[in-house]
Amino acid sequence: MADLSTDFLGIESPNPFWLASAPPTDKEYNVRRAFDAGWGGVVWKTLGAEGPPVVNVNGPRYGAIYGADRRLLGLNNIELITDRPLQVNLDEMARVKKDFPDRALIASIMVPCEEAAWREILPRVEDTGADGIELNFGCPHGMSERGMGSAVGQVPEYIQMVTEWCKEYGKLPVIVKLTPNITDIRYPARAANAGGADAVSLINTISSITSVNLDTFSPEPSIDGKGSHGGYCGPAVKPIALNMVAEIARDPETKGLPISGIGGINTWRDAAEYIALGCGTVQVCTAAMTYGFKIIDEMTAGLARWMDEAGHETLADFQGRAVPNVTDWQYLNLNYIAKARIDQAACIKCGRCYAACEDTSHQAISMSSDRVFEVIDEECVACNLCVDVCPVEDCITMVELQPGEVDPRTGKTVKKEYANWTTHPNNPGAQAAE
Amino acid sequence: MGNSVFTPGVVSGRLPADELRQNFADLHPPLEAHEAAVAADRCYFCYDAPCITACPTAIDIPLFIRQIQSGQPEAAAKTILDQNILGGMCARVCPTETLCEEACVREAAEGKPVEIGRLQRFATDAMMEEAHPFTRAAETGKRIAVVGAGPAGLACAHRLAMHGHSVVMFDARPKPGGLNEYGIASYKTVGGFAQKEVAWLLQIGGIEMRYESVLGADGLTLESLTGEYDAVFLGVGLGGVNSLRAAGEDRDGVLDAVSFIADLRQVGDLEGLPVGRNVVVIGGGMTAVDAAVQSKLLGAETVTIVYRRDRDRMSASRFEQDLAASKGVRIITHAQPLAVHDAEEGNEVEFEYTEEDGGALKPTGEKFRLPADQVFKAIGQALDGVPDGLELTGGKIAVTGAGRTSLRKVWAGGDCASGGDDLTVTAVAEGRDAAEDIHQTLMS
Repeated sequence: MADLSTDFLGIESPNPFWLASAPPTDKEYNVRRAFDAGWGGVVWKTLGAEGPPVVNVNGPRYGAIYGADRRLLGLNNIELITDRPLQVNLDEMARVKKDFPDRALIASIMVPCEEAAWREILPRVEDTGADGIELNFGCPHGMSERGMGSAVGQVPEYIQMVTEWCKEYGKLPVIVKLTPNITDIRYPARAANAGGADAVSLINTISSITSVNLDTFSPEPSIDGKGSHGGYCGPAVKPIALNMVAEIARDPETKGLPISGIGGINTWRDAAEYIALGCGTVQVCTAAMTYGFKIIDEMTAGLARWMDEAGHETLADFQGRAVPNVTDWQYLNLNYIAKARIDQAACIKCGRCYAACEDTSHQAISMSSDRVFEVIDEECVACNLCVDVCPVEDCITMVELQPGEVDPRTGKTVKKEYANWTTHPNNPGAQAAE
Repeated sequence: MGNSVFTPGVVSGRLPADELRQNFADLHPPLEAHEAAVAADRCYFCYDAPCITACPTAIDIPLFIRQIQSGQPEAAAKTILDQNILGGMCARVCPTETLCEEACVREAAEGKPVEIGRLQRFATDAMMEEAHPFTRAAETGKRIAVVGAGPAGLACAHRLAMHGHSVVMFDARPKPGGLNEYGIASYKTVGGFAQKEVAWLLQIGGIEMRYESVLGADGLTLESLTGEYDAVFLGVGLGGVNSLRAAGEDRDGVLDAVSFIADLRQVGDLEGLPVGRNVVVIGGGMTAVDAAVQSKLLGAETVTIVYRRDRDRMSASRFEQDLAASKGVRIITHAQPLAVHDAEEGNEVEFEYTEEDGGALKPTGEKFRLPADQVFKAIGQALDGVPDGLELTGGKIAVTGAGRTSLRKVWAGGDCASGGDDLTVTAVAEGRDAAEDIHQTLMS
């Protein structure tokens, strides 16, 4: 049986599934239920500075995007950091940690961008017995207008400065949580690294409006006829998050910096993909908010089963294995040539491949009067659109042409050698081979 | 005391009122909005979709389903009604399992087609609550007589009215709808839908209704119509019933299945409708199944459909056959009636088994008898009272193209006309197409 235990920055947890700092981790009651259900760790809902707590809106905090059968694909929220007094949260954290010593308990913190504020809160957090801190530089709504959250995360210099304070005045491992609402995720990651961060976690939510009400012309979720952008999360954001994780994992300046992956993790498979891109733990929120804490059972059992089948005994066995395969477009092998192949026995004759190819691609699929669809190799550029729109799994596949075969589209013989754009004759910047 | 399933003879009130009510409730209950959204989401929006080809009225099915998906069932209804003005009834009575849903690629893929019929009902039901979506063109001054207010006639009249013509519809019965009102099992069209739909259809305007007007009686002749009107459309259906050609056919208790179905639709109180303890239905079509199932639902103890060939040759679809079986109707195939005999209680029908010999039916010599308080004949209908001068083919009014008969100003469609497969949806298509042809002819 695969070993799911995790050691992340010296913080141990029985599995890599942590609940992200969010509504599910706002109170002792919820966190105890999560730990009873089997979650490996919890990043407590973000703590603010001492003083009157923030207040939340009293109308809808969430908006949703649905797939078929109201399957929740994307969730947006305008909730702020914890709206409960700091000491209440600290007392609860201490009690929970004492009762669950084997689980990871991380304190998420967001205080004003002033040295004194950070210096004041860090020892109080340490007193709870928490295993680490996560700096919330990510929330795109409400707090950012007050100079916190993503307002910090969007300025690399601030990230580095605050991280340095936390390393200087605190003893706990520091995880910097990054906002995706920037143009290049590597800059904030590099700043965190330069400030001495022990790890980064990403992504926080993406600024979003889920929909517009066409009766009232208010964005959703609507508070008394007005809407404000919220933070988008859930399965829909996973591809965006995976790319950002990969960018940091393969950036020479941050290579090896531990990463806690966040964004649309809904099943064990999503978690495995994040870990393959280098993550040491993963954080989950929307899936738990949609289905409840019990989904941890599927996640841990599924991950262990897949690891057993694949022969991975520990998470380290496959952690980061996909990172070397992430490259820049210019290094992709232009001598790799494939053609679409349609399995006629599996084809149900819906014609979606034909419509997609004929209307929007390369006119590389023919249709007979009796609805037989065939690939025209002379036209097929192997774009994969037909595969993507086909409702039958594995009915259309991409088959690689072997070296020596002739590509009917170009009339050229397929070469065995790897060759990319940097040396292609059409590239004005290509360097002639010496 | 009250009657029961076991009461001998032909009596009413075999079942309690609430059970009758349940038995005759909607066969396919309407989809709720969320169910419709889920069902609509299963449509693949096929290219040149096979379901459209399979629909006799060529409704753009993927488009209307997508309109349901995007939250506009009324727009979906418009897409349906553009092609098939009786789309509401067709949603209820079409044998979708042999038309659009059989052609659905998901039927091929997983044996579970998109529920096109129920989605069509969802859309058209939404429209029935709305204002009539079609408007008339400017008056053309042309007058057209439509004989028969069944599916073909109604579709023809609506399309003609839309083009600005004035239509006068004649029907022999006191109510419009034809077989929609008189010839379809009651659990397929509950809540007086046939009349609601006609009332909705007539909102187009320009259509005058004349009921209890029988072609060939009271001076209403084809000749008088062609003299008075610019064109005539005949959608008179098949008024006659084929005979068994078996001895004793004239005995009491030997009835036309179509009359039984019509009576059942018109009776206000099912508790008052008599049915035999033992019922035998002879035939293999939709009418046979409708009569048999309804007999069972009224409380007959045994109901048997007897058909002379094998099940695949029955014109009732496999779904209909299974429906009958699920209600407790027994289906005997390969047997033909020889005679109806007197019995101690009611009648007995004597049958002889058959076998097929290269397409020809041959009696095997083996015989059996079934007790029958009621015998329903459902072996097909025939043209009744054909006006002079019309050429016939195969017992129907011969038509070419879009319903053109052998007479210059006369068109025909629906069950009375040659070609087609005697379905509501086919009748609608023929009526509609004849209307377009009449319009073209009159306006050119």
